[in-house]
Amino acid sequence: MSPTNIFAADSTPADTILGLSIFVLAVTGTIFTIVFTLLAYTIVKFRRRPGDDDREPAQIYGSNQVELAWTVIPVLIVLVLFLATARVIASVQNAARPRGAISVTVIGHQFWWEYRYPDLKVVTANELHIPVSDAAHPTPTFLTLLSADTDHSFWVPRLAGKTDLIPNHPNSMWVDPHETGLFLGQCSQYCGVQHALMLLRVYVQTRDEFDRWIKQQSQAAAPMSEIASAMSQTASRGQRIFETTACVNCHTVAGTVAKGRFGPDLTHLMSRDTIASGALANTADNLRRWIRNPAAIKPGCLMPAMELSDPNLDAVTAYMETLR
Amino acid sequence: MYCLIAAESAIFSIFVVAYLFYTGKSLTGPQPRDVLSVPVFFTICLLSSSLTIHFAVKFLEGGKVRAFALWWLLTIVLGALFLAGTAQEWHRLIFREGLTIQTNLFGTTYYSLVGLHAFHVTVGLIALTSVSAFAVLGYLRQEHAERVKVLSMYWHFVDVVWVVVFIVVYIVGR
Amino acid sequence: MSAEPIVLRETSAVRPPLVEMLHEWVTTVDHKRLGILYIIFALMFLILGGVEATIMRIQLIRPLNDFVSPQVFNRMFTMHGTTMIFFVAMPLVFGFGNYLVPLMIGARDMAFPRLNAFSFWMTAFGGLFLYFSFIGGDGLYGAGNAPDVGWFAYAPLTSQTFSPGHSTDFWTVALLISGFGSIGTAINLVTTIVCMRCPGMTLGRMPLLAWMNLVMGGLVILAVSPLSAAQIMLMVDRYLGGHFFDTQAGGSAVLWMHFFWVFGHPEVYVLVIPAFAFASEIIPVFSRKAIFGYPVMVAATVGIGFISMSVWAHHMFAVGMSSNSNTFFVLSTMAIAVPTGIKIFNWLGTMWGGKILFKVPMLFCVAFLFQFLIAGLTGIMQGAAPFDWQLTASYFVVAHFHYVIVGGILFTIFAAFYYWFPKASGRMYSESLGRLHFWLFVIGFHLTFDFMHIPGVLGMPRRIYTYEPGRGWDAWNLIITIGAFFQAAGILVFLYNLLWSYFHGEIAGSDPWDAWTLEWTTTSPPPAYNFATVPEVKSRRPLWDLKHPEDPDWKYE
Repeated sequence: MSPTNIFAADSTPADTILGLSIFVLAVTGTIFTIVFTLLAYTIVKFRRRPGDDDREPAQIYGSNQVELAWTVIPVLIVLVLFLATARVIASVQNAARPRGAISVTVIGHQFWWEYRYPDLKVVTANELHIPVSDAAHPTPTFLTLLSADTDHSFWVPRLAGKTDLIPNHPNSMWVDPHETGLFLGQCSQYCGVQHALMLLRVYVQTRDEFDRWIKQQSQAAAPMSEIASAMSQTASRGQRIFETTACVNCHTVAGTVAKGRFGPDLTHLMSRDTIASGALANTADNLRRWIRNPAAIKPGCLMPAMELSDPNLDAVTAYMETLR
Repeated sequence: MYCLIAAESAIFSIFVVAYLFYTGKSLTGPQPRDVLSVPVFFTICLLSSSLTIHFAVKFLEGGKVRAFALWWLLTIVLGALFLAGTAQEWHRLIFREGLTIQTNLFGTTYYSLVGLHAFHVTVGLIALTSVSAFAVLGYLRQEHAERVKVLSMYWHFVDVVWVVVFIVVYIVGR
Repeated sequence: MSAEPIVLRETSAVRPPLVEMLHEWVTTVDHKRLGILYIIFALMFLILGGVEATIMRIQLIRPLNDFVSPQVFNRMFTMHGTTMIFFVAMPLVFGFGNYLVPLMIGARDMAFPRLNAFSFWMTAFGGLFLYFSFIGGDGLYGAGNAPDVGWFAYAPLTSQTFSPGHSTDFWTVALLISGFGSIGTAINLVTTIVCMRCPGMTLGRMPLLAWMNLVMGGLVILAVSPLSAAQIMLMVDRYLGGHFFDTQAGGSAVLWMHFFWVFGHPEVYVLVIPAFAFASEIIPVFSRKAIFGYPVMVAATVGIGFISMSVWAHHMFAVGMSSNSNTFFVLSTMAIAVPTGIKIFNWLGTMWGGKILFKVPMLFCVAFLFQFLIAGLTGIMQGAAPFDWQLTASYFVVAHFHYVIVGGILFTIFAAFYYWFPKASGRMYSESLGRLHFWLFVIGFHLTFDFMHIPGVLGMPRRIYTYEPGRGWDAWNLIITIGAFFQAAGILVFLYNLLWSYFHGEIAGSDPWDAWTLEWTTTSPPPAYNFATVPEVKSRRPLWDLKHPEDPDWKYE
């Protein structure tokens, strides 16, 4: 079962689209069957046979009744399809926003996703957490879509159709997932070299889990004094290297001097399952490989290799590991 | 020539659409009403040149090559005056008002649209001057009237475009 | 006018030296030679475009493959799309139009032969310029390499910030130049058809191919110009510091999309209307019946031309337009399905009651009918905007448009090749090689493009150089790639057939198909002046009238 199957809808926009799709498929499928059969019949019945004489068949130049019929019927079909479509457009694009809705601002970057929860004061990257929505007391998530550079597109097929993120052109969309779970997708508007690995991971959680996640994410990074002492020496060294190298120009770690916004917020890096916008599992090894040379994993990505020596690399990785 | 005019109209339409779309959207820099002055005299020059070219063609069709040459030359002079006026306007905008194609959306769309038109006027003037040269050298005769008429259609088109540009830039856009 | 062509004796039986022959071809203004030049040029670029496609398919044969780097892959899809549309499909369409229109309307050449030559050489130069990008700029590896912004070059990816170096400029300038060439050819076609029909050939007696080239020419004039305008704006942004599409200065990326698709949508009709033209000439001849409903076919084509200028934003349903805008474009898109669908019924009506002969041209036309039906239906699916919110920018739309362009347009172009090859070369092609080409290509086409719809509905976006395993896309991509190789084999057989038949094919005579339009009244190949005496016609099928004096068309029209 594909995790990105558009027919496995699990949220109202995707459901509504699925309903329309099935109707359209039924209509076009019927048209196909009828015309296909007519074509097949024609080429079989009216083919020249070996015993045929050379006389030309009757030359029929047209028939007003037949041509009228096969004009009027398509017009009616088109009208029906149009009306069905117009209804769905309105229901998805002009949906009212209920009081319990969660707001998330999604900012597309080359080649990662920034998520800001303005009301809940949370900033994170690449893995979006939203609460499941119950039909009786809906808590949909309304996403405002912005871009920091080129055009991107947010497509998680099981939750909704795709909507583009275009600089200087804010868009919005909404989802109300019916079930908890992990929903996958990826950027769907060519945005540059690493468009292919700008993956989407949407974690739909129960309300409790979501609230706990928010609470954890809104805290600043734990100060070094609270970290287990076995780790703290290497990690401390790592923090110093991090803060004195160009890392802080791009990355934010809340509660420290690192306030860069060009790259993802790393405050709670270890709370994520993946790194590099979904391209790698978040293990110590992968993290180390990534920091050493991002271009080896995502050629063309905008994070440079900082040419760290091995001990320094270990230290910085250790520091990253403390960012829970 | 009608087909060429259709194609050129399509090109100009896109520039006009861009101009109208960006009206009022410049984030910084001079705005149209601050710096634009309506070029009445030079517009009259250009539009009259449509009249003079019309007469010129009529004379050539009637076989009066000398009268044709005179009115044709007058057309060129009027067209050249128009270009000089544009150049003067641009000089003022760039050096006194600080508006360049880079300044803001207004600058970009204004210079592109007016510039595209001025480019077409220039090409037209080159063609008209070539015809003048042929006339002066004695190669032009009454039987060429049809071809000269086709060229005059291009010139009329350039004038019509100016009417549109004028309305969009100096009336609607301000 | 007699049915037998008058042949004037050639004055020299000796073949001139190669240099002289080349000089003749390079300086020719004869519409037939220019037509052939366009077609040869297009076939060369077809091979280049096909190589680019094959490279992409090998890269995508399995997940996380590393056959080529992302930078190379991105150049491949950009160049493949740009090449196939501008330097294969358009030159093929112009080439056939150039060759056939004057012959079919009884004219001796196009209205402006020198403009014709100029337009061809502009297009040729544009193509060469685009391919120079592979070695231009910073050479094979630097920022000056081939364009990699996609064939529709969305802003702001094309700004200097995100596309430094000259790669984007190669795209822009090559297409500006060939765009002017296209407009030149269109002006020529329209003027020729309007002004140079032979006596007796009213607009209502023109072959459908002439009507369709007329509408196509009009569309090129109105649609290619906006692209040229937008490209000029892009150059202003990139080199003069302009802000047309500079979102930092308040500019709009969506404006580029509107301008591009105002060109881009009519463009696909520029390609498909001539395909309809070929089908409309070939199907009647091999069904042995006149085209069913000529007036409606004309009206439908003109209708398609007009409506096609109002549907462009159906390429932009996911961009964030208002629900009213989206709804309008759904309406116009669905509306255009009506005249398009009608044509399929008219072709069906032509075959109904006929005596169908399945020579190679007809095989390709029959396949076209089935395939175009499917292509149109997947188009309607995407015309339903919310459905399109899932399908757009995925492999579903890639499957759809290849279904139209390959399954529809290329198939009729193959049919046209086989049908008119005897006229242009004087020889018959090999029927068995033609059938081999047909079956190889049909199998390859369906393996690739039928199954390509599936990754689309399973969430696979387009323009990705690799993909994650576990999405359910792997097996389908494998099948798609295999199909590509069948198609490549088919093309090779086709090219071999053309070459072999040119030298060894049976002599064709002037009318090998027992057809009815004017080009079959002159020799194969036609002399430079086309017709010794200017023909005069009384109906839509002048040759039918001559062959059937007891039952001529003009009695019924």
